[in-house]
Amino acid sequence: MKADSIQGQLEAPKLKKTTGGKLQQFLAIGSLVVLVIFFSIASPNFMQWSNIIGILLSTAVIGILALGATFVIITGGIDLSVGTVMTLSSVMTGIIIVNANLPLIFGIIGGILTGALCGMLCGFAITKLGIPPFVATLAMMMIAKGLALVISDAAPIYFTDHEMFSKIALGTIIPGIDIPNAVLIFFILGIIAAVILSKTILGRFNFAIGSNEEATKLSGISVDRWKIAIYGLAGVFTGIAGVLMASRLNSAQPALGQGYELEAIAAVVIGGTSLSGGKGTIIGTIIGALIMSVLTNGLRVLSIPQEWQTVVVGVVIIFAVYMDILRRRKK
Amino acid sequence: MTKLLEMRGISKAFPGVQALSNVSIDLNKGEVLALIGENGAGKSTLMKILTGIYKADQGEISLNGEKVEIPDTKRAAELGISMIHQELNLMKDLTIAENIFIGREPKGLMNLFIKDHELNQMTRDLFNQLSLDLDPKTKIEQLTIAKQQMVEIAKALSYESKILIMDEPTTALTEPEIDVLFEIIENLKKSGVGIIYISHRMDELKRISDRIAIMRDGEYVDTLKTSETDIKQVIHLMVGREVYVESKPNIQRDDREVVLEMKNVSTNTNVKGVSFALRKGEILGFAGLMGAGRTEVANAIFGIDKIKSGEIYLHGKKVKISNPTQAVQKGIGFLTEDRKHLGLLLDMDVKTNVTLASVQNFQRAGFVQEDKIAKTAEHFVEKLKIKTPSIHQQIRFLSGGNQQKVVISKWLLRDCDILIFDEPTRGIDVGAKGEIYRLLEDLASQGKSIIMISSELPEILRMSHRIAVMSEGRMTGILNALDASQEKIMELATAYRE
Repeated sequence: MKADSIQGQLEAPKLKKTTGGKLQQFLAIGSLVVLVIFFSIASPNFMQWSNIIGILLSTAVIGILALGATFVIITGGIDLSVGTVMTLSSVMTGIIIVNANLPLIFGIIGGILTGALCGMLCGFAITKLGIPPFVATLAMMMIAKGLALVISDAAPIYFTDHEMFSKIALGTIIPGIDIPNAVLIFFILGIIAAVILSKTILGRFNFAIGSNEEATKLSGISVDRWKIAIYGLAGVFTGIAGVLMASRLNSAQPALGQGYELEAIAAVVIGGTSLSGGKGTIIGTIIGALIMSVLTNGLRVLSIPQEWQTVVVGVVIIFAVYMDILRRRKK
Repeated sequence: MTKLLEMRGISKAFPGVQALSNVSIDLNKGEVLALIGENGAGKSTLMKILTGIYKADQGEISLNGEKVEIPDTKRAAELGISMIHQELNLMKDLTIAENIFIGREPKGLMNLFIKDHELNQMTRDLFNQLSLDLDPKTKIEQLTIAKQQMVEIAKALSYESKILIMDEPTTALTEPEIDVLFEIIENLKKSGVGIIYISHRMDELKRISDRIAIMRDGEYVDTLKTSETDIKQVIHLMVGREVYVESKPNIQRDDREVVLEMKNVSTNTNVKGVSFALRKGEILGFAGLMGAGRTEVANAIFGIDKIKSGEIYLHGKKVKISNPTQAVQKGIGFLTEDRKHLGLLLDMDVKTNVTLASVQNFQRAGFVQEDKIAKTAEHFVEKLKIKTPSIHQQIRFLSGGNQQKVVISKWLLRDCDILIFDEPTRGIDVGAKGEIYRLLEDLASQGKSIIMISSELPEILRMSHRIAVMSEGRMTGILNALDASQEKIMELATAYRE
């Protein structure tokens, strides 16, 4: 009798929990659908093909940054440096291709490696030096910002003599269908990120660290090494975003980029990844990024001033994070 | 016959404490050795040495007659020694299978990808051996504590341990689950695993152990054959020392007015139908083992935990206390066990800490009246004999006993007449303990009513007018100080009620 009732008490919260985890995912997809329907009705221009492509294109760069940020946030960390590291990667690509006149591929690889290196340095500072992620990546944000200006002499680098370069982002590789490569790259990277997160050792340890770092350590896993790898991987995504950004603008703009990190983090959070770590999905992040661009685009199509668009995005972030808190409070 | 495990002459000191001195135990194959002792007797330290978490200052460990060094947890695992910790060490966002084989996943394709199917199958095979019925794909956070414990056990066994240490494994289990656990233990014994079983529950020891090793104050006392002993004898050896009765309060408070009364209170947090009354000027000791629900009772009074059923009366009037602010307004003070985190601002100075909770009384038009604060702080420093160079000293640099006094002044300043102390002398050295005791006695004689939760029986016996004993969330008895003894308290504290 007593055993049964205790068992009952212990079992009771179970039902709530299983639905709790999926709730926000569901909310995110639901919000995206509602937004799309709302804007389609409100403005006939919204559902135009060119507008849709515009939305997807503007999602690509932030989205790729957000994919990387998802890994970091699942460890329970944060990366504030992705915006300016992306810029540094752009500039590095520009210097290699334009100033050094090396083949495109060197520039691309150079840009990606720059991102990876910055990420690993953050990881090193966090694990080996014990600096909190917020501070370590804040410092990296400033370092990358400064370096981008230093190595470019604070002037944009134009790719005008390298026609192929702009095709990386804006060309269409699939004949007949007018989807820019940047969008395709975003979705392919999305799939890769999802596979890494759910199928590989790195993904598994990523969740383990975010869930209970101490227990992961006690299981004989070198948490430090994996954390550096995770920040490095996020850096790879940042580097790719940098190359795409440069290609899309056909120039490396050393003063651009700051603020992108916050939009990326916002996309991750709206997508249901918990800032306290251990929980999150790539599909959620992709939807989160889409919600942000649909919102800004839709509001623009409705001729709502830019200033108000920013206000609305802010409100959406509050709403999304509140959902995260509600979800955790249930436990 | 060579022993599976021998620990000989193990000593270990921490700054200021000799945690273990010259302790020796041994373990046979296929045997359950119960390891018992009061909180602080050194059981955990000994086991941490065996599992490579601590390093012994002296002594040696042999496995099957061969001397071994265990410098870290990894080496312990390699030698086949695993421990199931009392605080569960699981990753709650991962599945059962992912937890059990973390770091040992079956890998495919360049050693990067995890073969989840195989992983789940390995887990299922393991569960079949243990006759556990759990889905490997369930996330840990969806499991009850009991089932999480089963997962921990399965994880330990998956390392093919030869020596398994269980630290109070049944604390969170229900009776049928305990049966399952004991069945598993029986099977392990048959396959030759040696088990060191730490528990406070005497009835369990009778049921499951072959021998009982007893520790007290960091020293080895004796090892008894379970079949040739009785619980009374074990408790006597465990408590051992002469009961410390220096200044046992001889005045009873039965005639005094009841200030606080709990009637049949239950919460969702391990308080089950608890009733008691606290009188004016009385020190009511709360005894019990870890997890008995004593702190939870305090939480219920203080409005931290929600009361599910039952009533609380203050000065004869029924009250509802739904948060700590209300509790304080009603004159209840709670001095938490974890005073460093919950009771003090370590980086702030003495005067700020003393006056923090009542800063409203030290302001004029929103400006803090520093002189008034200083005067009040000086008053308490003098009255409670707080040893500090000045009232401007950071709390961090005060000794544990003096920190505790600062917390006490904070509550006295708020005019609390009911004070709940949770482990008031934990982490305080012996000399300062006496001062805290005198202070509590003074407070009581001034008419303050005190609930004192403590795991140290001598302290409970010395200080309390009456002693409330809890076990498993229930009040198992309230003893009068004059006819209480350590043995009686332990019996009530381990009473397992159907």
